[in-house]
Amino acid sequence: MPSALPDGEPVPVDGALPPHALAGAGDRPLGFYLHVPYCATRCGYCDFNTYTANELRGTGGVLASRDNYADTLVAEVRLARKVLGDDPRQVRTVFVGGGTPTLLPAADLVRMLGAVRDEFGLADGAEITTEANPESVDPAYLAELRAGGFNRVSFGMQSARRHVLRVLDRTHTPGRPEACVAEARAAGFEHVNLDLIYGTPGESDDDWRASLDAAIGAGPDHVSAYALIVEEGTRLARRVRRGEVPMTDDDVHADRYLTADEVLAAAGFDWYEVSNWAASDAGRCLHNELYWRGADWWGAGPGAHSHVGGVRWWNVKHPGAYAAALTGGRSPGAGREVLPEEDRRVERVLLELRLREGCPLDLLRPAGLAASRSAVRDGLLEPGPYGAGRAVLTLRGRLLADAVVRDLVD
Amino acid sequence: MPATPTHVPEPSRTDPALIRNFCIIAHIDHGKSTLADRMLQLTGVVEQRQMRAQYLDRMDIERERGITIKSQAVRLPWAPTTGDEQGRTHILNMIDTPGHVDFTYEVSRSLAACEGTILLVDAAQGIEAQTLANLYLAMENDLTIVPVLNKIDLPAAQPEKFSEELANLIGCDPSDVLRVSAKTGTGVEALLDRVVREVPAPVGVKDAPARAMIFDSVYDSYRGVVTYVRVVDGQLNRRERIRMMSTGATHELLEIGTNSPEMLAADGLGVGEVGYLITGVKDVRQSKVGDTITQQSKGATEALGGYKDPKPMVFSGLYPLDGSDYPELRDALDKLQLNDAALVYEPETSAALGFGFRVGFLGLLHLDVIRERLEREFGLDLIATAPNVVYRVVMEDGTEHTVTNPSEFPEGKISDVHEPVVRATILAPSEFIGSIMELCQSRRGVMLGMDYLSEDRVEIRYTLPLAEIVFDFFDQLKSKTRGYASLDYEPTGEQDAQLVKVDILLHGDKVDAFSAITHRDQAYAYGVRLVAKLKELIPRQAFEVPVQAAIGSRVIARETIRAIRKDVLAKCYGGDISRKRKLLEKQKEGKKRMKMVGSVEVPQEAFIAVLSSDDSAGGKARK
Repeated sequence: MPSALPDGEPVPVDGALPPHALAGAGDRPLGFYLHVPYCATRCGYCDFNTYTANELRGTGGVLASRDNYADTLVAEVRLARKVLGDDPRQVRTVFVGGGTPTLLPAADLVRMLGAVRDEFGLADGAEITTEANPESVDPAYLAELRAGGFNRVSFGMQSARRHVLRVLDRTHTPGRPEACVAEARAAGFEHVNLDLIYGTPGESDDDWRASLDAAIGAGPDHVSAYALIVEEGTRLARRVRRGEVPMTDDDVHADRYLTADEVLAAAGFDWYEVSNWAASDAGRCLHNELYWRGADWWGAGPGAHSHVGGVRWWNVKHPGAYAAALTGGRSPGAGREVLPEEDRRVERVLLELRLREGCPLDLLRPAGLAASRSAVRDGLLEPGPYGAGRAVLTLRGRLLADAVVRDLVD
Repeated sequence: MPATPTHVPEPSRTDPALIRNFCIIAHIDHGKSTLADRMLQLTGVVEQRQMRAQYLDRMDIERERGITIKSQAVRLPWAPTTGDEQGRTHILNMIDTPGHVDFTYEVSRSLAACEGTILLVDAAQGIEAQTLANLYLAMENDLTIVPVLNKIDLPAAQPEKFSEELANLIGCDPSDVLRVSAKTGTGVEALLDRVVREVPAPVGVKDAPARAMIFDSVYDSYRGVVTYVRVVDGQLNRRERIRMMSTGATHELLEIGTNSPEMLAADGLGVGEVGYLITGVKDVRQSKVGDTITQQSKGATEALGGYKDPKPMVFSGLYPLDGSDYPELRDALDKLQLNDAALVYEPETSAALGFGFRVGFLGLLHLDVIRERLEREFGLDLIATAPNVVYRVVMEDGTEHTVTNPSEFPEGKISDVHEPVVRATILAPSEFIGSIMELCQSRRGVMLGMDYLSEDRVEIRYTLPLAEIVFDFFDQLKSKTRGYASLDYEPTGEQDAQLVKVDILLHGDKVDAFSAITHRDQAYAYGVRLVAKLKELIPRQAFEVPVQAAIGSRVIARETIRAIRKDVLAKCYGGDISRKRKLLEKQKEGKKRMKMVGSVEVPQEAFIAVLSSDDSAGGKARK
């Protein structure tokens, strides 16, 4: 079951933005997120906006079909062009996510990227990423993507252990993600990421170390590691409730995180965001940095979120409703929020504090500033950067980032 | 159906020989209101067509809305249908009595205004402990007791059994116990006849200076304080100036009259008569229950006996959940005090709970009634600290402290600690004797005696520390007796006890709101229980928090709340941002509801859960 959308005000039928959203846009990078809402099967822990063929059968008709999906998405890219008007910016990053983008033919992904290129143009050195399922790619598929303009690929590895993958309902065999990295390198991909999940019920410290070692051994230039969150409404949540699988407690998550940071750092991967490590500055995911630094991005696809100049909006979730809106010439936007100045400040603190560069202290008000001084004393913020006017989390601070944010936004 | 009596004597011109002053002693639900309804009907003061169920209770609601005033004493004309006095119209004054142990003093004053009482008992249930207590009070006041079994129309009625029980208690013959059904009216005429026949007429000196006893005093937002009196000697007249003998304050009598059942002004009240006075005072503390009223000029020099200042027995700290409600709480207490001479309070500051009041109550019901009215009528959300009693602490150097708040328990060399004790009376089926004794022993009780009221019902008497009753005694009693036991108690003085103060420390800081005074033998168990509860209720903090219970500097229990190690959401991408900001807002709201104790954030819920007397004191009031 996909998670619920936030509450917000309605989006105008034509998707028009308030004029101030585009003020000063030239100074901000622009990115595109392209959502592919399909999966072969639904994993027990997943609450993303994605649908299996079974789930769609009979609910969205031909409109929700993945055969036409690329065309529908292209229609939204054209809508974006209209809404952004004469915005001269070229696109710095494109990120295709899901769902399982690689469930679509590579040509569809290339065609979707093509629409962005045609309407907006791609900036020099633009980062073009797609997520990929280790089971649904092969060297030919990867070669076709590379030839179509993609230069970064992100594989969902999750774990190197079969019993862990089974709890997660992941169908690939151990070793396959590592092989994918090699295939991607062979196809000419410059940047490759592996996603890992820790704290899965039944995973041991040793399992986790083995997963980290396997990931590093495969030679990616980027690793993301996420604590497994048992989201309400997922099958995993039901299994935990029924006592079929044990719940991992926060202390175990903390230990696994410390292990991850230690092992990755030793292998030359530095953290640059709470859950992300890169082998070099060039290996950082530029697209994700757009999210964290308040840049503009257009999210196309069902349930996708966008942000332009302090306006956040999100699309209807169901592929059928999404396609129907676009076919009818309407914006698929389901709701939006025009952020007041204070909300934008709070967002900056909560997002930038997660980054290695931290957030500038001049974003803080007196109470938050006082709290930040205590946080330095308590070992949650680095004293060095603090002296230079930035709040940067220590290793322990990263594990308590939400608590630090709560104090700093005062 | 008798005709409305003729030649009804008027107030101030009524021969005392024709007056009968009585009250009704009954347990809640035993049918007092219904019986009163029948009496209003039979005596014709409420016409048939105006009659509705529980007429006098309706007045109660009206009083809350400030329309009219509850009838505290109804003047009923009644010409007996049988006997020597047949056909001669008498005046019956039916005086209402509060039904609860907390208000024993008020009950005693109501009883003092009467010469007789109807002891009304449910024929299906038998006598209850509070009724018994009030019966003993009536007997001490030398009142004539008219024993009555009500609800004899019920299939479950056991009139034989309970007639026997009543006869044993008051020393009469079982056949003297009247059987009535207030619901159908059966036997009520005979009851009124019997009141005329058996209750003595009041005796007073007609030509003496007036002396009238106040037995109730009620604040009405339109008329000010309405004072209910029984004239003992002489006569009070309208427009006269009167004097309150305890304070010497004088007032003009703006109105004097009787209730039938609405207020009806009269020229005055003579010997033995019962009625109301209005003087324009705005606060019941200026017109105190038990005080004697006389004329200002040539008034009496000696007050009637029995007057006492109300003395609070149980204290609790009341704090607004939201600190900014403090002024509202103060105003609300001020308003309640207008109508409650026994309510006392003073401002208090707690490091943990902020600004509030230490409030003194007559007992647990009183506490519960006040708290509920503050919450219901004034819309306040309150934290009430666990109720405690008053301790007298004598130091080795001879200085003495009166402790109404555990956190004020003196440090240093203590010679003696005195605590209030009560005489508790428990009525229950005899099968529960064992568990009741067990409970009382565990609460430091000393058994005084036990009597069988009937074959299978006993009265058990104990001396118990009041402090042991104010917590969850009544709940425990009810659960150990499947709800069959009833409890009554009266203060009987104080005793020396081995009492200590247990403090709770969070991260080394004493939390004043959690300090408690317990018996030395129970201190350890209390400490362990509270510390475990707090560990469960206080969320993990950024640092390790020791939770300790200590007597002075000696730690008797300790738990540790481990430091939180992870408080971060792993993922924060485009679609997560709005959700995360909203979550942050929610968490900030939650943080506002935290109270800082030193550097530890303690949720309000933890205070409420630990301090709450909901499942202890509250249980008592709900019986």
